Amino acid sequence: MSEAVLEAVGLTQEVSSPEGTLTILNQVTFVIGAGETVAVVGASGAGKSTLLGLLAGLDVPTHGEVRVVGQSLSALDEDGRAALRANRVGFVFQSFHLVPALTALENVMLPLELLGRPAPRAAATEALARVGLAERTGHYPRQLSGGEQQRVALARAFVTRPQVLFADEPTGNLDAATGLRVMELLLALNREAGTTLVLVTHDRMLAARCGRILELAGGRLVADTRMAVV
Amino acid sequence: MAVTPPPPTPASAVSGAAAHAAGSAWRVLRFAMRHLWRDWRAGELAVLAGALVLAVAALTAVGFFTSRVSRAVDQQAAELLAADLRVESARPLAAQWSTEALRHRLTIASITTFPTAVFHGEDNALVTLRAVSAGYPLRGTLRIAAVPFGPAQSTQRLPSPGTVWVESRVLARFGMNVGDLLSVGASELRVAAVLDYRPDQGAAFADLAPTVLLGQTDLAATRLLQNGSRATYAQLYAGTPSAVAEFRSWLEREKGDAVRVVALGESSEQLKGSLDRAQRFLLLSALATLLLCAVAVAMAARRYAARHLDLAALMKCMGASQRFVLATGLWQLALIALAGAALGVLLGFGAQAALAWLLRDLFSGPLPPPAASAAGLGLVTALAMLLGFALPPLLQLRAVPVLRVLRHDVGVPGMGFYVAPLCAVASLGGLLWWLLRDLLLVATVFGGLGALVAVLWMAGLGLVRVAALARRGTGGAWRYGLANVGRRGAGSVVQVVAFGLGLTVLLLLAVVRNDLLREWRASLPADAPNHFLINIAPEEVAPLQAFLRAGGVTVEALSPWVRARLVAVNNRPVSALKLPSDRGRAFAEREQNLSWSATLPRDNTLVAGHWWPALPAPGAPAQVSLASEFATALGLFVGDQLVFDVAGERLTARVANVRQVQWDSFRPNFFVVLSPGALEGAAGTYMTSVHLAPAQRRLLAPLVHRFPGVSVFDVEALLVQVRQLIDRASQAVQGVFLFTLGAGVMVLAAAVQSTRDERRFESAILRTLGASRAVVIRGIVTEFVVLGLLSGVLASTAAAVAGAFAAHQWFHLAYSFDPLLWSVGLGGGAGLVGVAGWLATRGVVNTSPLTTLRH
Repeated sequence: MSEAVLEAVGLTQEVSSPEGTLTILNQVTFVIGAGETVAVVGASGAGKSTLLGLLAGLDVPTHGEVRVVGQSLSALDEDGRAALRANRVGFVFQSFHLVPALTALENVMLPLELLGRPAPRAAATEALARVGLAERTGHYPRQLSGGEQQRVALARAFVTRPQVLFADEPTGNLDAATGLRVMELLLALNREAGTTLVLVTHDRMLAARCGRILELAGGRLVADTRMAVV
Repeated sequence: MAVTPPPPTPASAVSGAAAHAAGSAWRVLRFAMRHLWRDWRAGELAVLAGALVLAVAALTAVGFFTSRVSRAVDQQAAELLAADLRVESARPLAAQWSTEALRHRLTIASITTFPTAVFHGEDNALVTLRAVSAGYPLRGTLRIAAVPFGPAQSTQRLPSPGTVWVESRVLARFGMNVGDLLSVGASELRVAAVLDYRPDQGAAFADLAPTVLLGQTDLAATRLLQNGSRATYAQLYAGTPSAVAEFRSWLEREKGDAVRVVALGESSEQLKGSLDRAQRFLLLSALATLLLCAVAVAMAARRYAARHLDLAALMKCMGASQRFVLATGLWQLALIALAGAALGVLLGFGAQAALAWLLRDLFSGPLPPPAASAAGLGLVTALAMLLGFALPPLLQLRAVPVLRVLRHDVGVPGMGFYVAPLCAVASLGGLLWWLLRDLLLVATVFGGLGALVAVLWMAGLGLVRVAALARRGTGGAWRYGLANVGRRGAGSVVQVVAFGLGLTVLLLLAVVRNDLLREWRASLPADAPNHFLINIAPEEVAPLQAFLRAGGVTVEALSPWVRARLVAVNNRPVSALKLPSDRGRAFAEREQNLSWSATLPRDNTLVAGHWWPALPAPGAPAQVSLASEFATALGLFVGDQLVFDVAGERLTARVANVRQVQWDSFRPNFFVVLSPGALEGAAGTYMTSVHLAPAQRRLLAPLVHRFPGVSVFDVEALLVQVRQLIDRASQAVQGVFLFTLGAGVMVLAAAVQSTRDERRFESAILRTLGASRAVVIRGIVTEFVVLGLLSGVLASTAAAVAGAFAAHQWFHLAYSFDPLLWSVGLGGGAGLVGVAGWLATRGVVNTSPLTTLRH
């Protein structure tokens, strides 16, 4: 296996509820290598999004540890985790999370501006052209279809050239045909950039397009399947 | 697109140590500016910026305009000194002062005043001789008449060499006419005119003797001014406000104790009383505008922050540190403040010019230019508004959990219940302190506001509970609207508070303001006394009353009085007292008019201590009642023991109480009033004030002739000044109210906007489920009408209480509750809020449900 990019060791997440402590993730352990495409699947409530949040350092586990490119997240405070994300991590969300007040181009420029990268406009324009939206740069999210919005989100996710991309149900808000096209674009971009992809989905068809499937059930990792062909 | 993973960015602007790197501040600023511009372009800032610009515009318009009116009023008031600044001394004033005054580009005039006797044939009369230099008066004009008590005209001239102008009562006393000769010391001077009015004559009756005015060049020839003469030397200065202020501070350092700077307050308590009230009225309007704008900014900022929670979480997800999010927010606040202040000040300046133009006929001349400090007030207001009311919600953006990008239900942790109120109290308190300079008043305003917010909050909670019952039923747009109030919970409570505060201020200004202005005007009726009769001997009281009644003049009770000097306080001689103000020294040095009374005089209210029994026990120690100005200037309190020198006799009295005197009533009032019997045996005289209609002025010549000892003071001119002042101030308040009204509308808009996003979504759902636009609109209007009704009734009560408080404590006016207030509050609340709600949310139902639901 190639160099480890993501490591989850005994990840456990518990929350308090009126009925007592609820275990959402239970002792989940795995390693993801550089360039892998991994789908996390499972029924609703299996703990997929919780796992994604922990892997990306958006939340801290009750027990266990996450290492991103060898760096333990538990050793970092919130700003430290943010710094790690800034440099190495990209995101695609189910509900796109485009900023309504920004045009498509400005949405893609946002992470570059946050990083203080030079010439963000040129890079963002190029990224939008790559997802086929060169003509829609000045449009606001409300003026774009769902598929177009998710393509803008893809351009935004890849424009910083992250080492790891987390995608949370990226086609969940799209119809089947559009979802398929977006998924193909995501995988193509991923291949081009050599990014490690962690994709959360409940769609087995989409998951099957990844090189590896982690299956969660009741908060436990119940299967870790490597696909023969990607 | 590149295919190779990039190296980690070496220097991130957004987190960790890199945030401290040189240049990162500039990158944050650039990011903040870019996003501010994008927010502005997308309309996200419209309500916040609009509320801020309006706040600054309203307040600076009020500031600019009131500064102009104040300066105009000051100019008018300065007439009472005949100058912008006046100093007096018992010794000739140093020549160095004139040199320094000229260096400050001030114009100068001087007056030498002393009592003397003048002769006409064998007859003589005691007069006050006033020798004035060229240029006198520097402010205001003299008025002269051709015949005693005849119609007078303003003049720019002074008595030419060899002539004098004398008051009517001198001519009446001697039976002289204009053109006759008067012996003044060694000179024979021709009476060239009757002196009807000089701006600095005041109404303090310090000079019982009538004035003979002559040019300073004629003074030496009279040979009256010798070493040891009881002369007062006054120097008058006038110039630009800044030059006068600079010279005054120089003067205060150099002058020493022997020279006194004459304050306006001493010249006329009557005008000062009205001036105070005028300023308080204008301040009330400015204050109301400020409060309304604060509410609008708070509401708008709350919505702005709520709409930016997702962006903040997204930024953090992309690697922005908390520090970066906070710094961005702070920069954006600063930029909004700067832009809002600049635009607001410009608008305010334009608005005040429009206001001045609108009211141009009300002012006799062009208004003086506005004070530049109002622009500073604009910037401070913008900053304080944002820091106090917008900062707390924006601070919360920093604390948005980044997990919100995955789970939208993750909320913002509370920042501690005290942070937002603390910020609001600190900023509003600072601004109020700046405007009012009265700690007690600021505390009172806060206490009142706090109580009002608490009552509105509880009433809002109650309404939400009751309205929640409507959710159990079905059908009817009204039930849907009512249920909405309950469903929105905290949102509805916030709206009740905002509407309630807004309506309270509007009602206070719309209804109570009129009541107060009416009371103020009524305090100076058309038949207010315009002549004071002084020095009436006890045996003349009855004949004088009969004389006046025969002439159709109404005579009120006469007040007894004597001249006395305060010599000791609590067994310490007055000369040993440390008195901080010129005014205190003036009270200590000069003779005072003492009266005595069994009952609390009309126009007086007790502010400390108790009034004495109407029938004091025989042998009871003497007690004294002091006007608050007198007590404050001399640092006296209830219980202090005072010793007066009354015509050589020592009189000891204990301070029993302190009174607030309504000086602008134009009735005899005294700084010092003694208990009955204390002055028994003192050779006192009486005084009264009467109203003489123009036709009754012919009584004055025979009156002076028949009662030669009685001094008549015509205060008609002062009365006119006070009336003008009341009218001008009333008009200015009406004009300023327009801005407050604008601010009120902004509050309504901000409050309505606050639930717009929720409403848009609900409306889309309802319409998707088959509800007609009419049903949705009726529901929305019902919701706002209910909120408006509750806010209106509470606001009416609050406005009535605030009005009564302001009337009694602040304006010293009577105030009666007006039941109309509640009708206006209820109707206005329901109507205004209902219409505002409909106007602001009609766009909600005009957007297609599909568009809304997709986004």
